[in-house]
Amino acid sequence: MAELAEKNSFVGQPVERVEDDILLQGKAQYSDHLPTRAGTAHAAILRSPHAHAVIKSVDVSQANAHPGVLDVMTGEDIAKMSEAFLIVLRAPINQWALAVEKVRYVGEPVAIVIARDRYIAEDALSLIQVNYDALEPAVDQEEATRDDSPVVHEAAGSNVVSTREFSYGDPEKAFSEADKIVKIKVKYPRNSQTPLEGFVVNAEYIPGEDLYDVASNYQGPFTSHPVMSMALRVRNSQLRMRTPQWSGGGFGIKVQIFPYVVLVCLASKRVGRPVKWVEDRLEHLAAAAAAPNRVVELEAACKSDGTVTGFRFDQLDDYGAFLRAPMPGPLYRMHGILTGAYDIKNMTVRNRVVLTNKCPSAMVRGFGGPQMYFAIERVMHQVAVDLGLDPLDVIQKNLIPAGVFPYRAAAGALLDSGDYPKAVELGVKDGKLEELKKKRDEMRAEGKLYGIGYAAIVEPAQSNMGYLSNILTHEERQRNPKGGAAANATITVDPLGTVSVTADSIPQGQGHQTILSQIVADELGLTPDIIKVNLDFDTAKDAWSIATGNYSSRFSSATTVACYKAAQKIRAKLARIASQSLNVPPEQLDFADGKIFDTSNPENAMKFYRAAGTAHWTPGALPEGMEPCVREIGSWSPPELESPNEKDQINTSLTYGFVFDYCGIEIDRDTGAVKIDKYVTTHDSGKILNPLIADGQVYGAFAWGVGCALYEEFVYGEDGSFKSGTFADYLVPTSSEVPEPQIIHMESPSMVTPLGAKGIAEGNCMSTPVCIANAVADATGENNLTLPLIASKVASIIHGEEPAAPSEGKEDSSRKDQRKQKIRKDGLLRGEGKTIVPATPEKVWETLLDPKALAAVIPGCHELEVLGDYTYRAEVSLGVGPVRGRFRANVSLSNMIEPVSATLSGGLEGPLGASKGSGDVKLEIHDRGTEVSYKYAIELSGTVASVGGRMLQGAAKALVGQFFQRLAGQISGVKTKHNAFVIVTNIWELVLRMLRLKP
Amino acid sequence: MPQLNKEAKHPVTINLNGKEVNGYAEPRMLLTDFLTHEIGITSCHVGCEHGVCGACTVLVDGNITRACLTFAVQADGCTVDTSESLADENGELSGLQKAFKKHHGLQCGYCTTGVLMSVTAYLRESPNPTEEELRTVLSGHLCRCTGYVGMVRAVMDYCENRPNK
Amino acid sequence: MKPKGFDYLKVGSVAEATHALEQGGEDARLIAGGMSLVPMLNFRLVEPSILIDISKIEERKYIKETNGMIEIGSATRQCELEKWPQTQSKLPLIAKALPVLGHYQTRARGTVCGSLVHADPSSELPLCLATLGGEVVLSSATGTRSLKAKEFQTGMLSVAKRSNEMVTAARYPIANPDAGYAFREMSQRHGDYAIVAVAAVVTADKIKLGIGGVADKPTVREWNMLDGSALEDALNAFAWDLGGYDDVHATSRYRRELVRRLGKNTIEEAKKCRS
Repeated sequence: MAELAEKNSFVGQPVERVEDDILLQGKAQYSDHLPTRAGTAHAAILRSPHAHAVIKSVDVSQANAHPGVLDVMTGEDIAKMSEAFLIVLRAPINQWALAVEKVRYVGEPVAIVIARDRYIAEDALSLIQVNYDALEPAVDQEEATRDDSPVVHEAAGSNVVSTREFSYGDPEKAFSEADKIVKIKVKYPRNSQTPLEGFVVNAEYIPGEDLYDVASNYQGPFTSHPVMSMALRVRNSQLRMRTPQWSGGGFGIKVQIFPYVVLVCLASKRVGRPVKWVEDRLEHLAAAAAAPNRVVELEAACKSDGTVTGFRFDQLDDYGAFLRAPMPGPLYRMHGILTGAYDIKNMTVRNRVVLTNKCPSAMVRGFGGPQMYFAIERVMHQVAVDLGLDPLDVIQKNLIPAGVFPYRAAAGALLDSGDYPKAVELGVKDGKLEELKKKRDEMRAEGKLYGIGYAAIVEPAQSNMGYLSNILTHEERQRNPKGGAAANATITVDPLGTVSVTADSIPQGQGHQTILSQIVADELGLTPDIIKVNLDFDTAKDAWSIATGNYSSRFSSATTVACYKAAQKIRAKLARIASQSLNVPPEQLDFADGKIFDTSNPENAMKFYRAAGTAHWTPGALPEGMEPCVREIGSWSPPELESPNEKDQINTSLTYGFVFDYCGIEIDRDTGAVKIDKYVTTHDSGKILNPLIADGQVYGAFAWGVGCALYEEFVYGEDGSFKSGTFADYLVPTSSEVPEPQIIHMESPSMVTPLGAKGIAEGNCMSTPVCIANAVADATGENNLTLPLIASKVASIIHGEEPAAPSEGKEDSSRKDQRKQKIRKDGLLRGEGKTIVPATPEKVWETLLDPKALAAVIPGCHELEVLGDYTYRAEVSLGVGPVRGRFRANVSLSNMIEPVSATLSGGLEGPLGASKGSGDVKLEIHDRGTEVSYKYAIELSGTVASVGGRMLQGAAKALVGQFFQRLAGQISGVKTKHNAFVIVTNIWELVLRMLRLKP
Repeated sequence: MPQLNKEAKHPVTINLNGKEVNGYAEPRMLLTDFLTHEIGITSCHVGCEHGVCGACTVLVDGNITRACLTFAVQADGCTVDTSESLADENGELSGLQKAFKKHHGLQCGYCTTGVLMSVTAYLRESPNPTEEELRTVLSGHLCRCTGYVGMVRAVMDYCENRPNK
Repeated sequence: MKPKGFDYLKVGSVAEATHALEQGGEDARLIAGGMSLVPMLNFRLVEPSILIDISKIEERKYIKETNGMIEIGSATRQCELEKWPQTQSKLPLIAKALPVLGHYQTRARGTVCGSLVHADPSSELPLCLATLGGEVVLSSATGTRSLKAKEFQTGMLSVAKRSNEMVTAARYPIANPDAGYAFREMSQRHGDYAIVAVAAVVTADKIKLGIGGVADKPTVREWNMLDGSALEDALNAFAWDLGGYDDVHATSRYRRELVRRLGKNTIEEAKKCRS
């Protein structure tokens, strides 16, 4: 159809971006720069250090009394003022803007301080005393499905909150007639594209109007708007959402601002002035959102020639502690295209949604695609390996053939256009695959570890707002069928003929202003530089709908079309006006060079601005029945986006592009580091509106794909502690790690969008991680691969058995102890050691049970209060190097066998985090007194665990050592200098407790 | 210099992009916050506040500086240059900025202002870097949008084609 | 992520700094480049009562040769040592380590002495100090002393600097012309803290190997000349002694493996540098 392509001069050209001048000069106003009026207060948020705990009490009195603090709010306050957020499922999973009664993940907001400035607000956070009762967390997503797992939401009864099964075609037949069934199980990690600009919310409650006025770098979809207004207990019109023109990256994550919008709105209402909150990096990494980690078991029914006739999918998606709307989107957004780029007619699917004590999952670029294609393309690779075929041959054998479009995929996707075999051939030829294969042979001959990987994927764009309906049964859906995706754009031509455009795309740097200006310029015969596109957005004034926003590659096939339609209306109107003056029928007029002219006699022309001016200056002269002024709204929802049918088939997206990738990687035999030697990515994304911008999207998606493949993961400890709280722990690849891929284009215009364009910005998020994994599989022969393929992980594959330690006999025994203490497993701080105390076991025992003596032994102990039999509370200051923190510790002794052994257990809490642990202490008679041996295991959570992971082990060791030194000193009468600080990071402090308490 | 009390705000004067400006800061106020919220410029972006991402990079007395790891009082009496200093007074982009535009070296623009300042300082020392050298220098900046391709091309093109090479 | 309040004092001399340290007591902190300290301030891991800014002490901005050592004043930035014309010839090990120390941007601010005082166990300059057997000069209001690397480096982020002292200079021995020097490290990304860093010094009859990132401080071992399987055995024993630990970036086993493999490669490179 590509109507515009016929006559355009700007669409399709690499027009330089109109956005760039202001950005390059540093003059763009991002959300943190938006004007705030005098008296605006600033908020800081207290967050849970526990993965799972009951909130027994929150004491905000000290914080409230802190100079400069206006107010402090807790979950109790929020629950009184607002409703729990609406969710997609009908399940008792209630979430408010602050934790109510329980905390369910590390980083969950517990209280908000509103103060004169951010610095003061953060000062007050450390003055809030929260009394938690820690619970066992559900952390691993598979373990969370078991009956004996701790339950995140008791009212829901189970962590598995949704299970749906689907069947398409005749899977039973496909599998029973298969020559071979290839089965894999893969785990896709938690990650996120982490925009450099965090969340920002400016909110003001206006009492006379009962209106919340919000400016925030929210990115849509505006399905969340009613969720917010319902939580705030106002009509939709009473929540005015404004988003600025400039936003420092979104990638889906900025959808999850919405709980904070509600929080800051309520804070503003409470303190009676505007409130501003800016998320910091630790908050973002720990608590903004992550793409769901997914476990997939996938079976492929194969013929011996490599033809795949059926799939059996079993998907388990982890959404963390809450199911925030529009979750579980990632599990259903790709549903229609679950067969990928392949002509596979038979399939069963089981989808399960599980909740765990981790940060809630959300939209992240690729939105379910990376997880799904990781399974599909790994299984296709495995089919080739198991059948002794070339992986590319298996891909080619199964691709949807040319000439069958539009093609209805098994689960309902209506693939609009393409020629997949041709695109693969093009990529192979232009990317010089044969040379790459030759290189692999040469490298291998030299003893190098070199591999080639492939991936072929279908890239969907513009989501059908009905895709989530498939989580309900057909009967349930009938009550409220959903389908479609509306887009809006408005064009105004003012009295002097200047053209302004607004639209609902809410960009974060994707060049939407430029592309809309190209489209309008072509339609109206103008140049893009004089079209003013303003994409800041205001629900009180702009045309919008629930689909409004920037996600799922919506722009190029949605907002562009709405804008094109508005431009067509403007053109039609101006043509009618001009036809009066030029005395030719409107159909005979064309627009170019700022003029409207008679195609049969170009001299017979009228300036564009004159025609527009007529509608303003002399409305009386307009053609009969025409309204004055020139302002048109284009609205569009494609008819192809229908509700799911009775067979659970759904066209989940509007357009479907095709991406074919291959790469060559080399693995360093010594370090296990994976180096991308060559990467070729071939795209058929329909008509390309601006090649410069399109390639930019590919490069960006590719870079994140590299990050997902090799570096990026949100890591949680077994105890639910969060360990990736800095950009030194969550590893974003830099210019030294990301090579330049070769991009090859093919253009098969979409038949379902007037401009012929499809999405291009998410393909490589889906194809690149698995393409690199397949190359690592090819290089190593290892098929059980879990991302990210960090060097340490790859090394464990290629390095084989570790050389044994020198024989025990030769080794100095103290060194051996030292070593044991240093080795930490499974995310806990563990250690053991022994020391000789020059006293009898009875004397040591006595010391450990004497609170005063114990207080003197515990490094940094200010007070030790006896709570009951062998139960103590202590105030301790601990640190490592310059790092110090003050903590409240609760410790108790049990399993006491006098004077032989005891178990010490307890927990520690302070502004820097929380910990709990236990340890066993044994006393044995030794010729120099008593040999005290100890073992401990400590879990740390909160800031220190998130940002100080590298330091923890050393700190724990230092504290433990200190404790026993002091113990020996105390008993033998040799006093260690009392003010000699034992400074160990707070985390370590936990360790201390355990040790101390374990006499 | 007298000891500055933590409770008080102290006058801070800097020469910012060629003009003297004044403001007040507690000792703990980060230079990022001072430039953005006290002075009111928009070219120093906060991305991590722990010195890794590079979005807040400015030049202090000509030296590359992470503004998030610098206190405003430390910059008192210094010159501070941000990307707002690069274009000429008529808003004509500098050669480096034009190259970024030509090669689509930016998308959301959030990291760009810091990148431009690093590159500006670096090219003064090393006017003709190899691509690998340049990539090593750029590795002190995180960009989530561009995959770095456009910015590498922009700088290489600028170095090859600038007039008084 | 904003720091807790502190007083601030910019000093112009060592005397002023040490006086301020006496006044400030336990909770006073010195700031030079701030590349390691300010992130900890922003996370509120460190909450000093007063920050004493020593970055502008002009008398401490120097690199000079003294008694067979290169002495680097405490206000000298890492980039200044990197650009010093004699670093390559007099401190070849450091010349190899500096390009992988953080980033171009952090070396522009971070000081040599600051890195030594921060004492991150993965950090390059402390490892070079330990391997080369350098020393640091510490001054207080009452006097000056120097400590050998071994005495100075006490553990994770910990050094033997007293709270009333400042490190005023670092001294690295000038290269032995008969020795070969090599430095390698493995980090996930360019500029990251090393998972394992390796410094090797090889002479006609000795091998000295320093390892960072595996134990809680840089650890150095010296052998008489070894080759082949004897060297591998020695490295294996060293690796097991160091132990290593697991974190989100690497396992202890991986760290030991890097000691064996990078250790061997680095020693070989140092041998080649000799010839």
